[in-house]
Amino acid sequence: MIAEVYIELKKGVADPEGENTLKALKLLGFSTVRNVETVKMFRIHMDEEDEERARNILEDMCERLLANPVIQSYRIVMK
Amino acid sequence: MELNEIRVAVLRIEGTNCEDETVHAFKNLGVEAEAVHLKQFYSDTIREEEKRNIRDYTAIVFPGGFSAGDYIRAGAIFSARIKSVLRKSLEEFIENGYPVLGICNGFQVLVELGALPAFDKTISDRPEMALGINNSGRFECRPTFLRVESRNTAFTGSIDRDIVMFPSAHAEGRVIFPDGREEEWLERLKENGQIVFRYVDPGGRYSGYPWNPNGSIYNIAGICNPDGNVLGLMPHPERSFHPYTHCSWTRGRKETGDGELFFRSILEYMMKL
Repeated sequence: MIAEVYIELKKGVADPEGENTLKALKLLGFSTVRNVETVKMFRIHMDEEDEERARNILEDMCERLLANPVIQSYRIVMK
Repeated sequence: MELNEIRVAVLRIEGTNCEDETVHAFKNLGVEAEAVHLKQFYSDTIREEEKRNIRDYTAIVFPGGFSAGDYIRAGAIFSARIKSVLRKSLEEFIENGYPVLGICNGFQVLVELGALPAFDKTISDRPEMALGINNSGRFECRPTFLRVESRNTAFTGSIDRDIVMFPSAHAEGRVIFPDGREEEWLERLKENGQIVFRYVDPGGRYSGYPWNPNGSIYNIAGICNPDGNVLGLMPHPERSFHPYTHCSWTRGRKETGDGELFFRSILEYMMKL
C-alpha cells in the first residue's frame, strides 16, 4: 500500500517560506499569484494491505515524528 | 562533586558540527569532555573500548549543527533516535539533577524531544512548542545580545553581567507556542522562572529584527525546564569563548568572551551536586 502524507502549517502559523516564494514569483512577473503555502509530502510505501490498519499506523507516524502538533497538521491520502 | 569528577558528553550524530568547539570550551576550563556518537551508547557494532553508558557522565550537551540534514524538521530525527534508545535513561539523568544543554540545533532537539519546556513531565509525550522558520525566511548569522533573565539555573549562576553576546546562526529559531495559548504559555514560563535569555539590542532594550534575529515571541532566545537543569538556547556560547573568537577581537577587544562565564556556571553548578 502506498500513502501520501501531507504536512501543512496550521492556520495562523506564519509561513516565511511561502511568503518569500510569493515575492520571488511576483518579481518574475507572475502577477496573478495571490498566495503561496508550503506543504511537505511524504509518499510512504508500506507492507500493509488493510486500509484502516495502515491509516492508524500512519497517524501514529505523524504524531510521533512527521508533524509537530504545535504548528503542523497532517492529512493522509491512500493511493 | 569535585572538578575532576566532572565528565561531559557532547552527543553527535551525522550532521552535528559544533561538537569540537563545545568539547574545547569545557576542556579549557579543566574538566573532562568528549564528543560521543549516539551509537556508542547502544550499538553492538562498537568496539569494546568505545562503548559508553550515560551513567559515565555528569553533563550532556546536544551541540549545534544540522543533525540528520534537518530533514522533516530541524532536530526531529535526532530526537526520534533519542526517544528510541535513550529516553528512559535520559529522563533519569535529568531527574537526578544533572545538566542537559542544547545549543542551536541542540535546542531544536530538546524541543522536539519534549524535554523543553517540560511543564508537567520530565519529557512530554508530544512537543509543547516549536522552533519555526525565521520570520525573515533566511538563515540569520550575526552577533546577538541577550539579557540574562534568570540566574537560578544550572547554566547562568556565575554570569556576573546583565547582557551577554553570543553569536546566532540559524534558519529555524522562532519560538512558537500553540495558537491561542501564547499568553498562557508565557505566564507559565514566567511563573516557573523558565525564561533564561531574551534578545536585546546593544543598549539592552528588547528590540525587533535584526536584534531579535528570528521573530521569537517575547524575544525568547533560551528557556529551561522548571528545575533549571535542562536549557536550550539558539545562540552559541561556545563561539564566544576566547578573546580571539569574539567578533570585536580585530577592533581591539581583548577580554574573554561571555561564553566562558556560561560554561563556568555549569561547572560551578555541578560542583554543588
